[in-house]
Amino acid sequence: MLNATTNEIDLVAPEIAATAVPGQFVNLRVSRHTAPLLRRPFGVARVDREKGTITLMYRILGEATKMLAEVREGETLSVVGPLGHGFCLEAERPLLVGGGLGLAPLLYLAEAFREKAEVGAGRKADVLMGGRTAEDLFWKEIFVPCGEKIGLTTDDGSLGTKGTVMAALPEMLAEGGYDCVYVCGPVPMMRAVSEAVLAAGIRCQVSLEKYMGCGLGACLSCSCGGIGKRLKVCTDGPVFWAEEVGEW
Amino acid sequence: MVTDLYGGRLATDIAGLKMKTPITTASGTFGFGLEFTDFLDLEKVGAVTVKGTTLAPRAGNRGQRMVETPSGILNCVGLENPGSDYFLEQTLPKLRQYDVPVIVNIAASSPAEYSELAAKLDVDGVDAVEINISCPNVKDGGIAFGTCATSVTAVVEQVKRNTSKMVITKLSPNVTSITEMALAAEAAGTDALSLINTLLGMKLDIERMRPVLGNVTGGLSGPCVRPVAVRMCYEVAQAVKVPIIGMGGIMNAEDAIEFFLAGANAVAVGTANFIDPAIAETICDGILAYMDRHDIENIRDMIGLALPGRKE
Repeated sequence: MLNATTNEIDLVAPEIAATAVPGQFVNLRVSRHTAPLLRRPFGVARVDREKGTITLMYRILGEATKMLAEVREGETLSVVGPLGHGFCLEAERPLLVGGGLGLAPLLYLAEAFREKAEVGAGRKADVLMGGRTAEDLFWKEIFVPCGEKIGLTTDDGSLGTKGTVMAALPEMLAEGGYDCVYVCGPVPMMRAVSEAVLAAGIRCQVSLEKYMGCGLGACLSCSCGGIGKRLKVCTDGPVFWAEEVGEW
Repeated sequence: MVTDLYGGRLATDIAGLKMKTPITTASGTFGFGLEFTDFLDLEKVGAVTVKGTTLAPRAGNRGQRMVETPSGILNCVGLENPGSDYFLEQTLPKLRQYDVPVIVNIAASSPAEYSELAAKLDVDGVDAVEINISCPNVKDGGIAFGTCATSVTAVVEQVKRNTSKMVITKLSPNVTSITEMALAAEAAGTDALSLINTLLGMKLDIERMRPVLGNVTGGLSGPCVRPVAVRMCYEVAQAVKVPIIGMGGIMNAEDAIEFFLAGANAVAVGTANFIDPAIAETICDGILAYMDRHDIENIRDMIGLALPGRKE
């Protein structure tokens, strides 16, 4: 367990591990029966290509995630993926902003930038993470090995700057010299951050989350309004350039 | 189309529409088919029934569109689709590269609009149209036509008059007597019936004290509706002569077999496509195994075996 309600699971899935890029997700079936019925989407949080494993992180909330928490080593699950489009990895000076489980796909992104930096292409990512209390920010330790500077905010001020990530963002943007900001978290966070980032003239990608039925672009449950067209979060996204999103 | 697939044992014919297997895909659960080519061979599906298509593009409903319920899902997508021009120009040419019949589900807000759409889709590459008079998630049209026998008659007659294609009428379960609607559609000239569309339902968020779905109500599908669908198939099959495409919560071969025994000439898999995107192809193995076990040579010999007076 990562904290009281957040857990992680490693899946042996060599084909997915070999091709999944940061921002992509997998659609996991937790039951062989008809309840829970649908697969559940999870962003890929870590990949170990040598071992052929991927790591998913999840909050134990409903029936499906409760069942997932009871899965034991050696059991077999059905997983479809990698699905969707991932983040643009071209940034030289990236900032990642996230909250809650939105930090899971950003972890794989931070790792990708660390790998790039190791071969001299750009820098490791700075990370700004927000939570309600210090307990929500257990993510800090997880990001330390792959991130550069790590900014923290909590609603109650128990760790880092008091307030939402918006309390710390302007200063980081002003001083960081970032060329791209990547956001994944609650919709109000993504909306506020992306507006501020675009206003500062910096490119911005967001990773949207919507209730998905199939993850394949067929059911249109996760459809959202783009600029002049409809977007499917599952197949057109989940990562979008912020200016593509017309309806949050 | 002569087929060697499964030794021809699953080949069937729905009012002239030749299918290599008796499996099609329920409209709205299989996109335009092209989304599933990583998972199955479209040419091993009996027919592809595509997403509900309207004359002009539709954005669909706002807010949350799907929620899971016990062994089912509620959806209120609201017929989001890119419209008939896009379908004809962009999608159909790609679908035509596959040797599989294409059934286009059509929805409109007036009998005249149904006519116009049917006429527009009367082109090479479209093998049949399925009249959607049963969508519960749109205000204008949809289910309004499917819950009143005189409206069913009006729409079916209009579509029949404006297309040379085979016409399937998709019935709503949200009526007192689905048989009455089936008989109305048959009398108006429909070539086949498909049933059932989703059952109208809703779910509340008890913490917010509000409906979960953006459109308040939604259509219930998945295995939870199957007993209702089987019962309706069983009733309608005894009342009409036209062939029936049965659907409602089919998750595996055993589920499909229930519909055949209840009088369905073909079946559609719907919600199951979301969970097992290969099912429209792989379900055939289990059907064949059952046929072997019961000494049934051809799928056509299995249709309606459970109907009263059909089997000793």
